[in-house]
Amino acid sequence: MTSSSKAPLNTTAVVGVSLWVGLLVLLSHWMAGQSQRWLPVQASNAAPLVDGLFSFETALGTFVFGAVLSVLVWVLLFNRAEKYDDSDAMPIEGNTRLEVVWTAIPFVLVMAIAAYAMQVNHRLGVLGPMEHIHAHSPIEMQGGYAGDRLPPEQVEVIARQWSWEFRYPGSNVASTELHLPVDQPVTFRLTSDDVLHGFYIPAFRLKQDVIPGRAIDVNLTPTREGRYRLRDSQFSGTWFAANQADVVVQSLDDYHSWLKQAAAMPLQPGLSVAVQEYGERLRRSNPGWATVPPAPPPEVNVPGNPSLPHDG
Amino acid sequence: MTIATFPPEPKPPAGWSRYFGFSTDAKVIGIQYIVTAFFFFLIGGLLAMVIRGELITPASDLVDRSVYNGIYTMHGTIMLFLFIFPVLNGLNNLLIPTMIGAPDMAFPRLNTAAFWLVPVFGTLLIASFFVPGGSASAGWWSYPPVSLQNPLGHLINGQFLWILAVALSGVSSIMGAVNFVTTILRMRAPGLGFFRMPVFCWTALAAQSLQLIGLPALTGGAVMLLMDLSFGTSFYRPEGGGDPVLYQHFFWFYSHPAVYVIILPVFGIFSEVFPVYSRKPLFGYVYVAVASFIIVGLGLIVWVHHMFPSGVAQWMRDLFMATTMLIAVPTGVKVFAWLGTLWGGKLRLTTPMLFCIGGLVNFVFAGITGVMLATVPVDIHVSNTYFVVGHFHYVIYGAAVMGVFAAIYHWFPKFTGRMPYEGLGKLHCLLTFVGANLNFLPMHPLGLMGMPRRVSSYDPEFAFWNVIASLGAFLLGVSIIPFLLNMLSSWIRGPRATHNPWNAIGLEWLLPSPPPEDNFGEDVPVVISRPYGYGSGEPLVEHQAEIEQRLRLQEVAA
Repeated sequence: MTSSSKAPLNTTAVVGVSLWVGLLVLLSHWMAGQSQRWLPVQASNAAPLVDGLFSFETALGTFVFGAVLSVLVWVLLFNRAEKYDDSDAMPIEGNTRLEVVWTAIPFVLVMAIAAYAMQVNHRLGVLGPMEHIHAHSPIEMQGGYAGDRLPPEQVEVIARQWSWEFRYPGSNVASTELHLPVDQPVTFRLTSDDVLHGFYIPAFRLKQDVIPGRAIDVNLTPTREGRYRLRDSQFSGTWFAANQADVVVQSLDDYHSWLKQAAAMPLQPGLSVAVQEYGERLRRSNPGWATVPPAPPPEVNVPGNPSLPHDG
Repeated sequence: MTIATFPPEPKPPAGWSRYFGFSTDAKVIGIQYIVTAFFFFLIGGLLAMVIRGELITPASDLVDRSVYNGIYTMHGTIMLFLFIFPVLNGLNNLLIPTMIGAPDMAFPRLNTAAFWLVPVFGTLLIASFFVPGGSASAGWWSYPPVSLQNPLGHLINGQFLWILAVALSGVSSIMGAVNFVTTILRMRAPGLGFFRMPVFCWTALAAQSLQLIGLPALTGGAVMLLMDLSFGTSFYRPEGGGDPVLYQHFFWFYSHPAVYVIILPVFGIFSEVFPVYSRKPLFGYVYVAVASFIIVGLGLIVWVHHMFPSGVAQWMRDLFMATTMLIAVPTGVKVFAWLGTLWGGKLRLTTPMLFCIGGLVNFVFAGITGVMLATVPVDIHVSNTYFVVGHFHYVIYGAAVMGVFAAIYHWFPKFTGRMPYEGLGKLHCLLTFVGANLNFLPMHPLGLMGMPRRVSSYDPEFAFWNVIASLGAFLLGVSIIPFLLNMLSSWIRGPRATHNPWNAIGLEWLLPSPPPEDNFGEDVPVVISRPYGYGSGEPLVEHQAEIEQRLRLQEVAA
């Protein structure tokens, strides 16, 4: 950006800078495409919106970084002092017009990004994945979203140190593996029994802290069948890293048959890596530092299988 | 100027021993700060090596998970409260009085007390490794309720010591801030108006004002955390009617501005170093100076961007996204000003110059990922992942620590009277730049893929980038060896430095190297022009030629 303004205004310079800017634009465009490969598969209606914004930001960022780097490389190549040259350079103290330009352009740029992001925010809000209501605050519930947009399926998510339990109140099923029907809106009611946790499903681009003492509703629509990972994203203590669960998105038919089978299964201890490792730890002579003991595994119909390969 | 009289003090010891006592000389205290900070830097760095050693494989197999959590918590806490803040306060102590022509800080004894609190709370914090149950392990944020879980139930536990140390660090920083702000406001040389003041002093003034505004919130928040932890109150305990999210507001109200407390003086260093080695005035000096205070204003109203997934209302998300984005504007003004300074200059690629150029590249990269993090939808996906870890390590290590190294190499001759070795310095710079990028760049794809931060184990799909990051970290560990060698050997037997080895313009370069205890003493020069008059041929102060002639004669005589 500075390169064009300070160079002597001859045709070669103008053509050269224009060509270089053109190259940078091409590079930015290419990076915007590449940026989609860095993200997990898109498995919810939120994902394309988030990824679109990220791709736009990657393009802008590539352009700005490329421009700054070009100026730096240029001065490093062509503005080095000769050996034994102790003299000073031309004392240029500044240029008010340039200052105005490079204040105004970034201002417009970041406000454009903010406007775009707010629009995405708004659309996500209408779709639901960003909204939360507090169970004990009916006013917010009215303001949060209209009752007629409440999705049909409601899943209760209970976070503990260190396990995830999913309850399907309509079907009387509990599980430590989250099953969801594809293309159906779903509401999660997030609660925690102990400390802060983070309900994070990267493939859904969904993250919401789970706060003890509150019930937070989050809703979205899964859009792709597959097996994904749910990870705890808010540090929750010793077995924080092991506090994961699988998310299975399946066709509506498969989902209903899973619910039916699950309801028929007897209650058994659910998955908890923490409980298993805690047992091994107690037998060690040097068990590490003090820790809160893990909560007992929840009693569920379906523990699930964490060793199956997942898509992201 | 105010004139204060102090009771006569005993003559301070000369030589090495003065660095081990309660000196009131800002130049001694400055070096005490910096050396202490680097002592803790080595400890924090060692912990980082353990972290990267654990993360080089997916399984939790090097240390126990509880130990890992303690180590990453202590790494963050030590690097922030015991390395970067003290090292910057050290530079403030060395540079502010000499740059503005003051004999010392405004309150020399307060200055001594502020420094000596650092080893006190440092010892407290390190002691938490040795109490039953182990160190604090709830992260450097120490969010409740997890930070309130005291498994052994002892009164003296790691978390307790952590809170005490952080509160004492706040007290020390407030004492320092009062001193720096007063010194800059009240003790400038005649003729040194605000718009003739070097940008480092502008940024120090801005940063220390932020300390004064923000730290009370953190200290208050920490006191309530201590009450909840040790005395059964429920400010943050949900089961007693408290709100855990309240703490996050207290914490980030200070801890976001704290980033600017760190990076603003580094902007100051860039603004000092680029003109010297480009042989050109700082481009748009007034804009660069004023932009610091715009960053202060905006920096105070962005803290909720750390809490976008915490459960905040949609309007807050929109508002704090907009304010966060705005910070890019004054920051951009500074970046463009540095490029304008370099443009058409006569560049000399000395060690400090190379550190600043590398730091600038890293900073621009961090700025771009910062804008990404500011936009709520993207932040929802990458917050609390390695993307954030990568971003802030680019800011803190890539930009701030590289700027600190630049400052150390640049002003080392002034305050030790010895020249550092260029070859070792350039090797240090190369290893740092390559190591930092190898370490922190792979964290971005990891975060985008969905790897949470603070994990002691991870799924195998994250292994590739983690191996590279670990190798980069080990390279960074190695990079400190040429630095330490350089500092020790050149301080002991490096070539003698003249008063102005870099041919730089500034009051500090009109003092002998090292400066006498009271700097200019009674003969404070009268400043007659703006800083950075490279190429203009105008003197900075009255009778500049005579002052420099006198210094040269002294050097010849010695």
